[in-house]
Amino acid sequence: MAILIDNSTRIIVQGFTGKIGSFHAQDMINYGSNVVGGITPGKGGQVHLNRPVFNSTKEAVEQVGAEASIIFVPPAFAADSIMEAAEAGIKYCVAITDGIPTQDMMKVKQYLRGFPKNERMVLTGPNCAGTISPGKSMLGIMPGHIYQAGNVGVVGRSGTLGYEAADQMKRLNIGISTSVGIGGDPINGSSHRDIMQKFEVDAETKIVLMIGEIGGPQEIEAGIFAKEHMNKPVVAYIAGLTAPKGRRMGHAGAIISSVGESAAEKVAILRDLGVTIAPTPAAMGQTVAEMLAKM
Amino acid sequence: MDIHEYQAKEILAEYGVKIPEGDLAYSPEQAIQRTHEIGGDIWAVKAQIHSGARGKAGGIKLCRTHDEIETAAEHLLGRRLVTHQTGAAGKVCGRLYVEAGTDIEKELYFCFLVDRSSESIVMVGSAQGGMEIEELAETNPEAITKIYIDPAVGILDFQARTMAFALGLAATQISAAVKLIRGCYHAIRDLDANMLEINPLVVTKTGELLALDAKMGFDDNALFRQHMVAELRDKTQEDPREMAASDRGLSYVGLDGDIGCMINGAGLAMATMDMIKLAGGEPANFLDVGGGASPERTEKAFRLVLADKKVKAMLVNIFAGINRCDWIAEGVVHAVNKIDMKVPLIVRLSGTNVEEGRKIIVESGLPILTADTLAEAAELAVKVRNEQVAKETQGIV
Repeated sequence: MAILIDNSTRIIVQGFTGKIGSFHAQDMINYGSNVVGGITPGKGGQVHLNRPVFNSTKEAVEQVGAEASIIFVPPAFAADSIMEAAEAGIKYCVAITDGIPTQDMMKVKQYLRGFPKNERMVLTGPNCAGTISPGKSMLGIMPGHIYQAGNVGVVGRSGTLGYEAADQMKRLNIGISTSVGIGGDPINGSSHRDIMQKFEVDAETKIVLMIGEIGGPQEIEAGIFAKEHMNKPVVAYIAGLTAPKGRRMGHAGAIISSVGESAAEKVAILRDLGVTIAPTPAAMGQTVAEMLAKM
Repeated sequence: MDIHEYQAKEILAEYGVKIPEGDLAYSPEQAIQRTHEIGGDIWAVKAQIHSGARGKAGGIKLCRTHDEIETAAEHLLGRRLVTHQTGAAGKVCGRLYVEAGTDIEKELYFCFLVDRSSESIVMVGSAQGGMEIEELAETNPEAITKIYIDPAVGILDFQARTMAFALGLAATQISAAVKLIRGCYHAIRDLDANMLEINPLVVTKTGELLALDAKMGFDDNALFRQHMVAELRDKTQEDPREMAASDRGLSYVGLDGDIGCMINGAGLAMATMDMIKLAGGEPANFLDVGGGASPERTEKAFRLVLADKKVKAMLVNIFAGINRCDWIAEGVVHAVNKIDMKVPLIVRLSGTNVEEGRKIIVESGLPILTADTLAEAAELAVKVRNEQVAKETQGIV
């Protein structure tokens, strides 16, 4: 199986009957994802998109064996939905919602750490495009058709820059095992490093492309992990060469606030750690291709 | 979102932190009036702008006479102060804070901030106050004490005491310090702040602990539930273009270059700007139009980019996921038809419905240049920007 999701993964949608939830649930169904239902508290018992609606995540786990969830709940209530999923026994959760307060995410992470490691839900996002294992399952809002199936594991903060990478690779006939969006917020469910750990032990992944950006310590932590614990090669691109210090570039987390957080510094450190750097955002595909050719 | 020193001090005072006596003034006369209310014989007149390092920029004046107060107030009000945090444009001082002078025994550094690595709030302190923490971290990292607060448990007294001792306080000051530290922690938690800095925190000659300066920053994502904080916003301290953008639901950051950008997604926007720089140009702005870019939204984004008179060429780069290229193309054509564009426009579309999108651009008959890939788009933008500059210097345009 690919990392995190597969053809058979039983998916539920939290915030199922809303406009955005409905749109993307239908898109995931069209892609072939195994969507088994959704949650909208108060609408339990109804049928939406030919699938059952539940009042709680717990009911969905008990009645249709939900394993993974995707969250389209508005920012004020999203943290609660994530914790509800964790408590209900969901194994993997993607939070799409943009705009969750940072201290809510602090609470979520603390709550998740309260579960024993082997029972702890994996969370990616918030503020991300989701996860796709091309040809198998899509748990996200990306345009599925631009992803070709293959052996490159992709992890990145940005949605559209991830699409750009997938498109460049497809033009070079390179496919993707799984592409994971970890989101643009300062505190997120999984880090680059967490996902790289999964790619390292994934039989379908030969090489990892990390798409990072300015701000925060996660790209460097991933680089250190790659040097110390990975056999698979890692290619990275870091966005934000032109970003001035102290200015937030769209993503809440994309702000250079301390030493080592600028694109130039991250690139220099990653290079020292043995990570191959894509010199420009237009060269992500090409750099991966060259790396694959050497293997 | 940032707030002024006097606002942060009002908040801190509510949370039991002692501050020197002071009040706000909008005119020299009012500033003098404040000194009567405050009493004493030495006062600080402090420019209220959203920036640290005001002292070095001449934004804080110590005064002993009313003449000095008047001169300082006249000098500062309406003045644009430039610090290393404001950028070259600086920030205009529209209000003053007049404060009683303090007899300082010792200056300390103290702050709480949301720490991304530990995903918790960290308390940072140093017995060496007055200077900026980045500077201290570089020159003397051992002088800094960091204590991480468990989000589920909150701050504990022993942690506050550990910090108080690390700050070098005397035994008689510990309980006051614990009260101050607890107050600050509750302020940052209750109000969804991501930063609360007291620099300097001072010990007075009489042994009292006072917050001589105070700075707070808040989580924009939490403003929906912090109405009191949202009220403190001072729009005069924000870049008018960035404000106009955020009021329209767009994310915009003005920069120094001359190639205007409109892109969907923050990461792709940064990458496109990088590509412009690598191709030999400089971006004029960061602009993320987000998903669901309707023709109206696209037109607004165009107007925002072109309101910057430095712009010599404009690049649109859209990778449509939720967006569709044909919608974007219609929006671009609509915008170009409505706005009299004086600079060349380059459009690169990719993703959902790309063929239909390109067709709309071509069939519009408008002078829009198109590119297939990110690299082509950036190179073309730099090329036509250079041609535009050449034309302008020759006086053709």
